[in-house]
Amino acid sequence: MISALLVMIGISLLLGAVLGYSAIKFKVEGNPLVEKIDAVLPQTQCGQCGYPGCMPYAEAIAKGEADINLCPPGGEEGIRKLAELLGVDFKPFGEGAGPRAKAVAFIDENTCIGCTLCLQACPVDAIVGAAKQMHTIIASECTGCELCLAPCPVDCISMQTIPQHIGNWKWQYPTHSIVQVAAR
Amino acid sequence: MRKLFKFHGGVHPPTHKTESSRTPIVQAAMPSKLVIPLHQHVGNRAVPTVQVGERVLKGQIIGRPEGRLSSAVHASTSGTVSAVDMQVVAHFSGLPDLCVTIIPDGKDEWIAHSGMDYKQTPHSELRQRLREAGIVGLGGAVFPSDMKSYSHKHKIKTLVLNGAECEPYITCDDLLMRERANEILRGAEVLRELLYAEEVLIGIEDNKPEAIAAMRQAVADDGHARMEVIAVPTLYPGGGAKQLIRVLTGIEVAAGVRSTEKGVQCFNVATAYCAWRAITFGEPLLSRIVTVTGNVERAQNFEVLLGTPVDELVAQAGSKADTYKHIMGGPMMGVDLPSGAVGVTKATNCIIEASQAMFPPPQAAMPCIRCARCAAVCPAELQPQDMYWFAKGKDFGKTQEFHLFDCIECGACAYVCPSHIPLVQYYRFAKSEIWQREQEQQAAEVARERHEFHMLRIEREKQEKAERLAQKEKAALAAKPAAPTPLPVAADPNADPENTLQMRIDSAVAHSNMQMRIDAAAARAKEQVATEQPKNTDALTPQQQAEIAEIEARRAKFHEIASHPGADDESPKQ
Repeated sequence: MISALLVMIGISLLLGAVLGYSAIKFKVEGNPLVEKIDAVLPQTQCGQCGYPGCMPYAEAIAKGEADINLCPPGGEEGIRKLAELLGVDFKPFGEGAGPRAKAVAFIDENTCIGCTLCLQACPVDAIVGAAKQMHTIIASECTGCELCLAPCPVDCISMQTIPQHIGNWKWQYPTHSIVQVAAR
Repeated sequence: MRKLFKFHGGVHPPTHKTESSRTPIVQAAMPSKLVIPLHQHVGNRAVPTVQVGERVLKGQIIGRPEGRLSSAVHASTSGTVSAVDMQVVAHFSGLPDLCVTIIPDGKDEWIAHSGMDYKQTPHSELRQRLREAGIVGLGGAVFPSDMKSYSHKHKIKTLVLNGAECEPYITCDDLLMRERANEILRGAEVLRELLYAEEVLIGIEDNKPEAIAAMRQAVADDGHARMEVIAVPTLYPGGGAKQLIRVLTGIEVAAGVRSTEKGVQCFNVATAYCAWRAITFGEPLLSRIVTVTGNVERAQNFEVLLGTPVDELVAQAGSKADTYKHIMGGPMMGVDLPSGAVGVTKATNCIIEASQAMFPPPQAAMPCIRCARCAAVCPAELQPQDMYWFAKGKDFGKTQEFHLFDCIECGACAYVCPSHIPLVQYYRFAKSEIWQREQEQQAAEVARERHEFHMLRIEREKQEKAERLAQKEKAALAAKPAAPTPLPVAADPNADPENTLQMRIDSAVAHSNMQMRIDAAAARAKEQVATEQPKNTDALTPQQQAEIAEIEARRAKFHEIASHPGADDESPKQ
């Protein structure tokens, strides 16, 4: 009886020591789920979800504080991926919160006064300029987050949807017209 | 007799080749204008080098290759550039792309050009010539030939020349081989030299006996060593590079593997012909053989200047009135042209005029009955019915598990489908969706990196600002000893011991030589006094002094008047 108890205690102490050691030795820095969620998000850093960037939103989702349908730039596909990742049900966008056509910001260079306010607002440093110098947007780096629109004191920034050209054209889902085979 | 191999599947659509292969190649008439797209090849679009109104000569470069994978574009004849703008091109999308429009002057005046002896010229120079001559794969893939004509990593044993021409209706390679076999073979020798290949195998489908005979005759006449013309069975898509390599050599080129890794490289016969012309005569790729067939009076092959509008070309073959669309390429893989105004490009091997009787609109698709006839004919040994299933359900991950990207879009599956499902359209849709997603993913990665750097930069700037302020404070404190008042050397006993800045300053000050600092500061002060600038009122001429006195007097008078308003009505208002 005593020996059995001792064996059990011994085993539990040993396992406890192993677990305790590995908890310190193999400690995972940060929450891996947050990184996985962040990888799904489109990285526009637009804040449309109500959080200041994609990473904070990912953290909020991981903590269970935020819904998965708050990211319009990610589209429904993004919600689907998040739902799959988190093992929850797909949830459509709220009323009027759906994704818009992809656009990039454009600065009207005649109106720009060179105040640098948009430079500070851009989360991906996609605006080139300096104080009292004209600013311009690097269209290829612009994520279309619209964060530069609000700070502009002269409203010289507008969003321009990216037109379709041969380079970004893609095949459409095959659709067929329905043919009536017999009159009722 | 060489042992031939088989590839999986394949179909036997009606060939319709005899309509256009009975008459020799005809030189097409000079068109009224040339619409030359600048993106006729795989890779980067050529950059226009001409301006509107400029006179160009035949063979002059109008689009310079941009980047590593690109090719030059030339003026097909002499004339005047009338536009450099977006025009509809031969593309599935029907969208416009950058084109150069040239109005020919009818003189057909060549730019200065000269050939070279390929045996005496370094290979790098030959490849540069191919690039500048705009030589691309003329079988339809339009991949720049200079990129294909070397292999550093792998030893090339076999050069395969593709004269199979498996698609129905098309006979341009057939006629080229019949009429210009010698030059094709010389081109093959150039390519063999570039690749250090041992043997050359020329695969021609056995429904072209005249071409096979002509090529065999040319091999014998010119005494080409280790070069063999091989008749391969007629089976669509036997002209696909992987399929032809399989048939001729038995080598299976696996997914994601280049044939060069297996020691084989494949070129179209027309590419070899144009490579020969470019190297030996310095003639860039300005024209190609185009089969015009289908609903026309005289189906035949034309030698057509690149950029010739399709409308003008088909008129020469007598396009019939009930033609409702032009198909560029064959009926299996061809593109429905968005308009007859598009120019002939390097990829245009055939124009099929389609009438409702010949090419009825596709029948309505019925549900898939999983008969697996598509799987039986698939030359890539895929499971088309499964790929279709997942593409239809937009489950793109699953389509990739079924090796969607090994699909060569030959259309054999759709050809045999009893339910008339446009299978290839589904695969193309799935492919372009996957590509777009990959691009978006890459863009997101870049955005993430830039955002992280942005945050890092802001943090760094904050830190630098704090450091600058600290330095300033420190400097201000350190400068105080220069003042005549007693030095604040000793630490303020009332200072907060946790004030690290104060502590740092204290230690710095304590460690420095105070006397030296005081001396230096005094010297600086003296220097400032000595070099003090004279005021602008010093050293004035008597005349200037007089002027000043006058002005002062006037000012005094005004002051007096202003201080007694009403005394003088004519006083100037202040």
